[in-house]
Amino acid sequence: MRTAFLDTPDEAVADVADGATVLIGGFGLAGMPIALIDALIRQGAGDLTIVNNNAGNGDTGLAALLAKGRVRKMICSFPRQHDSWVFDDLYRRGAIELELVPQGNLAERMRAAGAGIGAFFCPTGVGTPLAEGKETREIDGRTYVLEYPIRGDVALIGALRADRAGNLVYRKTARNFGPVMATAATTVVAEVRELVEIGGIDPETVVTPGIFVDRVVVP
Amino acid sequence: MRTTDEIAAAVAADIPPGSFVNLGIGQPTKVADHLTTESGVVLHTENGMLGMGPAAEPGHEDWDLTNAGKQAVTELPGAAYFHHADSFAMMRGGHLDVCVLGAFQVSVTGDLANWHTGAPDAIPAVGGAMDLAIGAKQVFVMMTLFAKDGSPKLVEACTYPLTGLACVTRLYTDLATFELGPDGARVLTTYGVEVGELAERLGLDL
Repeated sequence: MRTAFLDTPDEAVADVADGATVLIGGFGLAGMPIALIDALIRQGAGDLTIVNNNAGNGDTGLAALLAKGRVRKMICSFPRQHDSWVFDDLYRRGAIELELVPQGNLAERMRAAGAGIGAFFCPTGVGTPLAEGKETREIDGRTYVLEYPIRGDVALIGALRADRAGNLVYRKTARNFGPVMATAATTVVAEVRELVEIGGIDPETVVTPGIFVDRVVVP
Repeated sequence: MRTTDEIAAAVAADIPPGSFVNLGIGQPTKVADHLTTESGVVLHTENGMLGMGPAAEPGHEDWDLTNAGKQAVTELPGAAYFHHADSFAMMRGGHLDVCVLGAFQVSVTGDLANWHTGAPDAIPAVGGAMDLAIGAKQVFVMMTLFAKDGSPKLVEACTYPLTGLACVTRLYTDLATFELGPDGARVLTTYGVEVGELAERLGLDL
């Protein structure tokens, strides 16, 4: 369905359900949709599974959501950082579940979900603890691990600009997981810095086409 | 014995001109200081950029432009941005020529352990290490040859949890540079120590 343009981040996340899997864009704070996360905190959904590269930085954004106790499980590649004290404390108290996924697998598992791929064989992690218990197969003399898609109920992403067709462009390395997450969730919400009319983004430079974007909000 | 800067310079000297290179977080970032413009080496950062330039000057940071360590960096002419799935396809698909990583342990046949000490209270974090280890055409490791407690970090078999199997081709350390492969470790050069003494301290046949 065509992209909806909403007035507030609160409207954009109003229907996130308890127990939902939420893909949250950003690498550290670059590209993190802070206004949408703040709205999700106000909205109150809990028992969430959150997918992000990290597990919160400082006390804002994802870290604030974690601090409210709304997250049952984190799926991420790099939780431990110099400023990940909120997650560290929850983890050490056994108050949060962690599924640690190599960064490329995290991206590719969401790409697979978004592209309708049922599973894929990947060479990353062969012979390591992160592949334990997983099916492996030798293909042309190389060993691969079977990896399954990660699909979200909701994706919250940050982008630079949207046009009125829902097409998105990003800015520099803040692009990171945005385009992949935009394909991989039932409802995709983009927080953008500016909204332009149709024709305001050159079709040749569109990074995420509007077909993937359900809701756009300019905080 | 070589300093970290001397190790970084040695790594830089062995990177073929025109290579696409990923430098891991920590000590490997120092390799960039020794790469010349004439080398034509292009730096990849896994959060989604080719053509990464030096760190941003204080006061001129752009927090939409960061490296894998989340530090503000700059872009060079010819730079390109891309999303994460493309960024890791560059590794996994065999497009990246060299990556330089740090390590807790490396085995003589090139197994790498650099993501987790296995300590019970440690919060595990892997990031892109496993993808880089199996993806780059050549994996160089730079590290000190002995841990702070004196134990060797080049070992017959890693005791820390593995990052990748048989992936490291070159090991650059303060005391020696090694070539690693299916036949074991071969010393290429030593610094202030004889090969025999090194073998004895490491408890390895070199």
